[in-house]
Amino acid sequence: MALSDTDTLLIIGGGQAAAQTIAGARQWGFAGRIRLIGEETALPYQRPPLSKAYLKGEMEEERLYFKPADWYAEQNVELSLGVRAEAIDRTARSVSLSDGSAADYDALVLATGSRPRPLPLTGAGLEGVHELRDLRDVDGLKPVVVTGTNMVIIGAGYIGLEAAAVARQLGANVTVIEMARRVLARVTSPVMSTFYTRLHESHGVKIMTGAQTEEILGTNGQVTGVKLVDGTRLEADIVLVGIGILPNQELAQAAGLACDGGILVDEDARTSDDRIFAAGDCTVRPLVHYSRTGRLESVHNAIEQGKLAAAALTGRERPKLDVPWFWSDQYDVKLQIAGLSQDYDDHIVRGDPESGAFAVFYFRSDRLIAVDAVNAAPEFIVTKKLIISGQTLAPAQLQDTSVSMKELAALATA
Amino acid sequence: MAKITYIDHEGTEREIEAKNGETVMEVAVKNGVPGIDADCGGACACATCHVYVDSAFLDKVGSPEAMEQSMLDFAENVKENSRLCCQISVSDALDGLKVTTPESQH
Ligand SMILES: Cc1cc2nc3c(=O)[nH]c(=O)nc-3n(C[C@H](O)[C@H](O)[C@H](O)COP(=O)(O)OP(=O)(O)OC[C@H]3O[C@@H](n4cnc5c(N)ncnc54)[C@H](O)[C@@H]3O)c2cc1C
Ligand code: FES
Repeated sequence: MALSDTDTLLIIGGGQAAAQTIAGARQWGFAGRIRLIGEETALPYQRPPLSKAYLKGEMEEERLYFKPADWYAEQNVELSLGVRAEAIDRTARSVSLSDGSAADYDALVLATGSRPRPLPLTGAGLEGVHELRDLRDVDGLKPVVVTGTNMVIIGAGYIGLEAAAVARQLGANVTVIEMARRVLARVTSPVMSTFYTRLHESHGVKIMTGAQTEEILGTNGQVTGVKLVDGTRLEADIVLVGIGILPNQELAQAAGLACDGGILVDEDARTSDDRIFAAGDCTVRPLVHYSRTGRLESVHNAIEQGKLAAAALTGRERPKLDVPWFWSDQYDVKLQIAGLSQDYDDHIVRGDPESGAFAVFYFRSDRLIAVDAVNAAPEFIVTKKLIISGQTLAPAQLQDTSVSMKELAALATA
Repeated sequence: MAKITYIDHEGTEREIEAKNGETVMEVAVKNGVPGIDADCGGACACATCHVYVDSAFLDKVGSPEAMEQSMLDFAENVKENSRLCCQISVSDALDGLKVTTPESQH
């Protein structure tokens, strides 16, 4: 459905995907009513700096906002912030809100994001146990991540490790506990895990892998430490839990939209209801370069699906799809990931990890499917372009550092 | 403070009063200047904030650091005066700066 200018576009959730949908709809000429319902009180803001520059105190809150308040006024976008959407009535085309009112729609975009997976252990509710998702989480963390604080981070994913890097740079004593046998086990290869373990250890972070938390310890409601299953006790003034996220699909599910580990959408970000779109962390989407579906947790995905929804709603041609990409900053190391490596059957390393700049290329059935590029932008950009254009290079070609990425790009074949 | 002029690929100019410390990218995005996507929000990770810097200001904006340079090496339609504008901080010295945006960031 393309909207007409007498229609109302309602957007639930005030994050990256929502911001992109709004900007896209206006940019592409929708002049009707746009209303945003967001549970957080802050203007839509970017999350990546929350575990990086903002946590470190190098960035003010306003700089996180995608657009200043004036912009929404100028663009005639009605903001209802601090308000939660409670239920969708698809027949009446109306959403009931936590303030007791209801919001009608002609088209609805669900951009509800995701939430931290809760730690199902005794003590998880103690004072001093934090998570890292929202601005207010970081505002709670910043004052306590200081020199000499004993900080235990449960979960060695990208967010946990980024927070570890910042906390260490701020002078905290940091221990990272990971249940798997290596850090980043769910998202990358052993080569990368080894690199990041060494990087953190060289900065004085203690990394414990194969370590399962049994209980968070506390006295008088305040956290004091962490007890592992093997009996080890670690002292802690603060505990940060970063064990992954869960998609916010409940609103959609309760309204009878198809969901399976996320809200199911098609290539245009449309749900099983013609009038309802979904974008960002909350969706399970077609991954066209990989002939499967999946859930992505990234800025790229939020932006792309926001654009897809806006394009479909304004009757524009579908924008060209990018390859999934992601980045992570830890200390002075920039990781850029292009593609999805999950089901690789071969991989090679280009360059020497010891040098601090290298890339790991992943293959499946002899085709290049992804790269983890560490301080290696050319490897990242070339791989992204190759996957988009359906081209590939052989492992041996990519391993040969005497041939530049520019030269290699020219040798790629379909 | 610095006045910055953004010129799109069709030649339309927009002059904006920018605060010191913001980046040339942030000023553009927050003021709705089209032609700059800035997908990564300034992390020097996406190369979608590519601009051409007016030659009179090339010295004043300085030269790109290694990471930015290698991203630029692979951007589309790169020229001698190409920069990723999330890596340029506004200062008084940049008053009068003119940057031109490319036709597409992708
Ligand atoms: C600390 C951190 C660091 C990250 N770093 C990177 C990075 O370096 N690179 C990268 O690519 N990605 C990174 N990400 C991931 C990226 O930020 C997310 O993928 C992106 O924010 C997803 O956007 P979204 O709009 O789907 O969801 P969100 O940005 O989470 O926004 C969803 C919003 O919807 C609101 N909401 C939910 N339910 C309701 C309801 N019922 N009613 C009203 N409002 C509701 C929520 O309160 C929230 O404000 C990071 C994420 C975090 C948390
Ligand atoms: S905004 Fe991404 S590189 Fe400048």
